[in-house]
Amino acid sequence: MNLFPSDARFDFFGKRYFAYALSAILLLVAAGSLATKGLNLGLDFTGGVVIELGYPGGADIDAVRETLDAKGFENAVAQLFGSSESVMIRLPPTDDSHSRLADELLIAMQSETADVEMRRVEYVGPAVGKELFNAGGLALLVVLAGILVYVGFRFQVRLAGGAILALAHDLVVVLGIVSLLGLRFDLTVLAAFLALAGYSINDTIVVFDRIRENFQKMRKGTEKEVMNASVNQTMSRTVITSGTTFLTALALFVFGGEALSGFSLTLLLGIAIGTFSSIYVASAVSLDMGLKRQDLLKIDDKERLKQAEDSNTP
Amino acid sequence: MNRYPLWKNLIVVVVVLVGLFYALPNFFGEEPALQISKRDGSMEQVALSEAQSALRAAGIEYGRSEIQGDSGLIRFNSTDDQLEAVDVVRAALGGDYPVALNLAPAAPTWLTDLGALPMYLGLDLRGGVHFLMQVDMGAAIKTALERRVDGMRADLRGERLRYVSAEVTDEQRIQVRFRDAESRDQAIEQLTEGYEDLEFDSTEIDGEPYLTATMTEEGVETERRAALEQNITTLRNRVNELGVAEPLIQQQGDSRIVVELPGIQDTVRAKEILGATATLEFRLVHGSPADWVDADESGSIPPQARLYQRRDGGPVLLKRQVIVTGDRVTGASSGFDQDSGSPAVFVNLDSQGARRMADITGDNIGQQMGVVFIENRIDTQVDENGKLIEEKKLVEEVINVATIRDQLANRFQITGLDSSEEARNLSLLLRAGALRAPMDIVEERTVGPSLGAENIQAGVNAAILGFVLVAIFMMIYYRVFGVIAVVALVTNLVLIVAVLSMLQATLTLPGIAGIVLTVGMAVDANVLIFERIREELRNGMTPHAAMKAGYERAFATILDANITTLLAALALFAFGTGPIKGFAVTLSIGILASVFTAVMLSRALANLVYGRQARLKGLSI
Repeated sequence: MNLFPSDARFDFFGKRYFAYALSAILLLVAAGSLATKGLNLGLDFTGGVVIELGYPGGADIDAVRETLDAKGFENAVAQLFGSSESVMIRLPPTDDSHSRLADELLIAMQSETADVEMRRVEYVGPAVGKELFNAGGLALLVVLAGILVYVGFRFQVRLAGGAILALAHDLVVVLGIVSLLGLRFDLTVLAAFLALAGYSINDTIVVFDRIRENFQKMRKGTEKEVMNASVNQTMSRTVITSGTTFLTALALFVFGGEALSGFSLTLLLGIAIGTFSSIYVASAVSLDMGLKRQDLLKIDDKERLKQAEDSNTP
Repeated sequence: MNRYPLWKNLIVVVVVLVGLFYALPNFFGEEPALQISKRDGSMEQVALSEAQSALRAAGIEYGRSEIQGDSGLIRFNSTDDQLEAVDVVRAALGGDYPVALNLAPAAPTWLTDLGALPMYLGLDLRGGVHFLMQVDMGAAIKTALERRVDGMRADLRGERLRYVSAEVTDEQRIQVRFRDAESRDQAIEQLTEGYEDLEFDSTEIDGEPYLTATMTEEGVETERRAALEQNITTLRNRVNELGVAEPLIQQQGDSRIVVELPGIQDTVRAKEILGATATLEFRLVHGSPADWVDADESGSIPPQARLYQRRDGGPVLLKRQVIVTGDRVTGASSGFDQDSGSPAVFVNLDSQGARRMADITGDNIGQQMGVVFIENRIDTQVDENGKLIEEKKLVEEVINVATIRDQLANRFQITGLDSSEEARNLSLLLRAGALRAPMDIVEERTVGPSLGAENIQAGVNAAILGFVLVAIFMMIYYRVFGVIAVVALVTNLVLIVAVLSMLQATLTLPGIAGIVLTVGMAVDANVLIFERIREELRNGMTPHAAMKAGYERAFATILDANITTLLAALALFAFGTGPIKGFAVTLSIGILASVFTAVMLSRALANLVYGRQARLKGLSI
């Protein structure tokens, strides 16, 4: 059984300008949304209070809002969370934000409805939120730098450039979609982004590996032809792995509950974008950056080539 | 022919068996239990037997009981029995044995004796409170300086050097004012020796001679470290007093402390106990009630006294000199005053504190003594520029003024408290020791028990669905090799669970997500190998050669691909906190385990199925 014909000879690189155009549009939309709409930063990064309450037998969201108003929490936002029995209330960070605020909110709600159940209380101080945000940004940069160094060392600088561009492309586009959809960006979504960085590069590496192998094996053919063949040969694997990873992310999205919905949705988006970019962005950019056969030959191959040239010249 | 050498097969078998063994405890679940510890020491068998006989007398059924490490464990068949038993055991053993509700692994002893424990569940899965506390280092330094000033006053008096005033300014500086420059210079000469961590300087402020002293950098560093250490010790004592099973108290960074209390729901009380810097000071009263009101209204306070407000209203003057502070307290219990019936705290002092108390009260019979209740609070505010301002509030109240009728020694009682609840909290705080510096909760995450259970269920469901989908696809697409890949995948999951159990790393909800994701990504290595085998078969290789080439050639690719993913996981671990760390841990373990199962284990299985057939016609791939 084959999902992708084994003897395929698709001209991936001939059509790369269409892909570039698509990427450019995606990037523009993403950048536009990030610039105008921005990210819907969650409690982890902004600070503030979130409580989740369980109302056995169903919550009356209007009554909850009235209670909030009556108890002096005018700026609180209440919404159903995941099911009709669960209500999430968030208080935006205020000047005198303090963990006591969470207690006051909880006590106020519990005094109104007797059998309300505390499911979750989270308080993040403004300073901690800023730190978490910075640590997250730093983690992302370290991942990018680490991958750049590793790919540059194991493969070649132009491929490393292509890989990093593809990775940055994936992250920016997915971030843009997260912004566009208004998904809440919290610590778990950040974790999804970092996992995505690993996944996206994984996909790219497999294609690169084949490109390197083919440059050493196929002595004939232009760079473009060799790279085309490589992408065709790895296509089947790319489709299957993306498929299985997509399936598990889907399982998380369906069964993982509200707590993981942002995480799994980010992964689903990222897997789709990452698959496209490892074919088009990473390899195609490397080609356009001037990747040459010699760049990927083993050192002893290079020497043999040189010796052959030397012996030819009298 | 494709055969693995014996040693390779042995490695595979041994790893799988060890993995199964360590994963095993997770399948037994947990039982409700009571965890009994002993204050200042480890639990003895005698106390455990005493608890058991009390339970028998009360007719409560209990299961396996044992001493584990420093504490004892009694298991029950149901949570109802467990809840009933708490009171029985507490009554039987008394206050020296804190009793906590706990869930104990139900795995048989032969497993746990060999160190095979179930995975350690994070707070988002088992429910509980997580606090991140910021230690107020500014206050710690200021208190340290105040101790130095007290010493200086005594030294200067001893040397008969007259000074006008000595105090600590808000800029963390000691300022001592003198009448003339000559005695100031003498004082500097005298003091420099005894206070190595201070830097002395002489200045003139408004024409008056002053001595100033600031703490050296090393001195500040030492104080910071001491404050953090003492706060951690105190928190640990307080948490033990609360009776929390398996608490976690850990330093984070250079001024923060993480506190995790599994199973605690009442965060308000937990915060009161943990964050309270409440302590006591005993001081002699200065002057008469008329003097107090005078001082309060005129604002002119006698130099040897300080003005306080009484909790029951009205001002009071107390002597600057402290008789005893809360850190001299060795024991405290709450109860009721025999005469008035009002809530009281019974206090025991250590020998040094008792001696001072005896000396001073002995000399001052008939005088009055005030009990000062000191509480520190921090409020964080944001100013108009978006900068954070921490506002510290020191609440100092006199809770009780009483006439000294007799010489007090190492044991006495304090009254004047609002309620028996407050008496209980104060006695707990005095027992556990004082915090060296006040702390502020900068992050709090509490998860209720039902949400924790739902999170586990959601994670398990997602894992099962993800696994089934991937397994079905692999078996249809790669047939026999698909079955091999599925066996490798199951082993991969077993190994992840085993390693998590062995390391006792915390499993969080994102951690479960990491495992589920690993299921999808782990088959990648097998897909790479199988696609390669198919390709080599198409290129005309014999089945045996294709198998060999597939496994060998795909290996470099698998390694490259996984190392880059591992890089991302490690960065997550280094910079992430809490749940994110849990995700990074499972992702990293999953990657390592998948390289082993997809390459070595699946090769061993493939060899087992096809390796011995000399005339192999084809592969079911």
